[in-house]
Amino acid sequence: MSAVSQDTAVNTGRIARTFIYLLLLLFALFYLLPLYVMVVNSLKPLAEVTGGNMMALPQTWTLEAWKSAWSTAQIGVSPTGLEPYFLNSILMVVPAVVISTVIGALNGYVLTKWRFRFDTIVFGLMLFSCFIPFQIVLIPMAMVLGKLGLAGTVPGLVLVHVVYGIGFTTLYYRNYYATFPTELVRAAQIDGAGFFRIFWRILLPISGPITVVSVIWQFTNIWNDFLFGVSFGGTSQPMTAALNNLVQSSTGVKEYNVHFAGAIIAALPTLFVYIVAGRYFVRGLMAGSVKG
Amino acid sequence: MASSAEADLRTRIQDWLPKIVLAPSFAVTLLFVYGFILFTVFLSFTGSKMLPNYTLVGWENYRKLWALENWHIAIVNIGIFASLYIVICTVLGLFLAIFLDQKIRGEGVLRPIYLYPMALSFIVTGTAWKWFLDPGIGLEHVMHLWGWESFSFTWIKDNNMAIYTIVIAAVWQTSGFVMAMFLAGLRGIDNEILKAAQIDGASSFQLYRRIVIPMLRPAFLSSFVILSHLAIKSYDLVIALTGGGPGRATEMPATFMYSYTFTRNQMGIGAASAVIMLMTIAAIMVPYLYAELKEKH
Repeated sequence: MSAVSQDTAVNTGRIARTFIYLLLLLFALFYLLPLYVMVVNSLKPLAEVTGGNMMALPQTWTLEAWKSAWSTAQIGVSPTGLEPYFLNSILMVVPAVVISTVIGALNGYVLTKWRFRFDTIVFGLMLFSCFIPFQIVLIPMAMVLGKLGLAGTVPGLVLVHVVYGIGFTTLYYRNYYATFPTELVRAAQIDGAGFFRIFWRILLPISGPITVVSVIWQFTNIWNDFLFGVSFGGTSQPMTAALNNLVQSSTGVKEYNVHFAGAIIAALPTLFVYIVAGRYFVRGLMAGSVKG
Repeated sequence: MASSAEADLRTRIQDWLPKIVLAPSFAVTLLFVYGFILFTVFLSFTGSKMLPNYTLVGWENYRKLWALENWHIAIVNIGIFASLYIVICTVLGLFLAIFLDQKIRGEGVLRPIYLYPMALSFIVTGTAWKWFLDPGIGLEHVMHLWGWESFSFTWIKDNNMAIYTIVIAAVWQTSGFVMAMFLAGLRGIDNEILKAAQIDGASSFQLYRRIVIPMLRPAFLSSFVILSHLAIKSYDLVIALTGGGPGRATEMPATFMYSYTFTRNQMGIGAASAVIMLMTIAAIMVPYLYAELKEKH
């Protein structure tokens, strides 16, 4: 009887269960199919992709397409492969994630433990900024980046992603810290602990789960961003913009195998993060955003 | 005296510290979000072409915008795309979550398979589906090779059907994430309630319809908000999958805004279209956010 409490209370018949398993497997196929097609065809020579069956395993296995996508494929005007753009993305994503997460944590701390007049309005304004369509800020942002001399640079992209990322990170930490008893903070205050000391000693040690959420969210959003990259990237374009350039180029033969290899390379970092920590992400996200 | 003045100063700094820490974020938000919104609204009333130009032209840009065939296509497309995308993702996510919640063996394997597309960028998703749906090398070609000679699937090249290929790719990418949200909601429901209902003779179907689904309200709301937010931003996927084509058949407000502002040198009209996008999103988000914030006080 001990196992009963974990089960759902609903009983299903044998036929219904077979049907459910079939359906779940069918959808697993649906989700896996594009990945399968990408991986398999990235390992074929081009002639086999264009002349053969997309679903078939390679007859000749080769890593040529991967090498080409990484270091020699034509991106825009120069045959550099995706390597320099991959590095741009790394240089952009690491500082942007770290800065926006640290700021979000501090904001969340202030908004929950140091209440002041109008704090709900301040938070409301920051929260709405998460949901704006970014088209509304594209034109002035381009002008400001130009004025600051940051147009077409990695630091410019870092700035953009921090500015439009702190709304979400603040939301996560605020909702998370809101469940933490404020009495403990007050007690520490009476004992003479200051603002940063309380944060460092009391809030930070319990922030693990929400930090996982914030870092994964920011990492995938910034790594996968295309609009800002293509608008403000200039000569320092991130991976997504480069991949799009590679795939959409209208000159020469379409090298499908190279496109697939490039797409997988572009997806690897975020896939890795999801596979390693995806579980904690969904769990933390639900705790942070739905119950609030 | 000196030491007490110093202590006084220190307390005062401590009092101000929280506000000092929050101030830069708030200032940045005011400037880069609300200041920029106001500036774009202002631009939408000016005669800006390739560069910003500060002569006011009244409602001229909005009048031109609504007279444009391309904008009408974009509006119809976002309507078709957003409604299908939101409905299909929600229904699919809900059913997958309910089925996965039936003590399924191998749930630990299935869940990441459903969820992983969410990790990909729309550019990667678009690239994968672009070639998979391409009649020349993709699904249609494969079916022909397998002997189904009459099989035809040319939506991506078809003016009337191309918009639905964007729905397919977008649903593929996000439905697993919606499933995960519903699954988390289902796991949060107290089993005792379900057992009590079952003892009272409720069938599984009734149980879900009358008790479980109504209790998932927060998950419905969150997924609706996230999906509509993603739908109106749909720029990347359109660019990667169809490039807005064939012709202008898959134009969306997001692609419209970009091309009018940056390639067609009609910045005033581009700004006006961005303002309409913002208004649409605000109409959905503001009541939701208002309710969320009010509830907590």
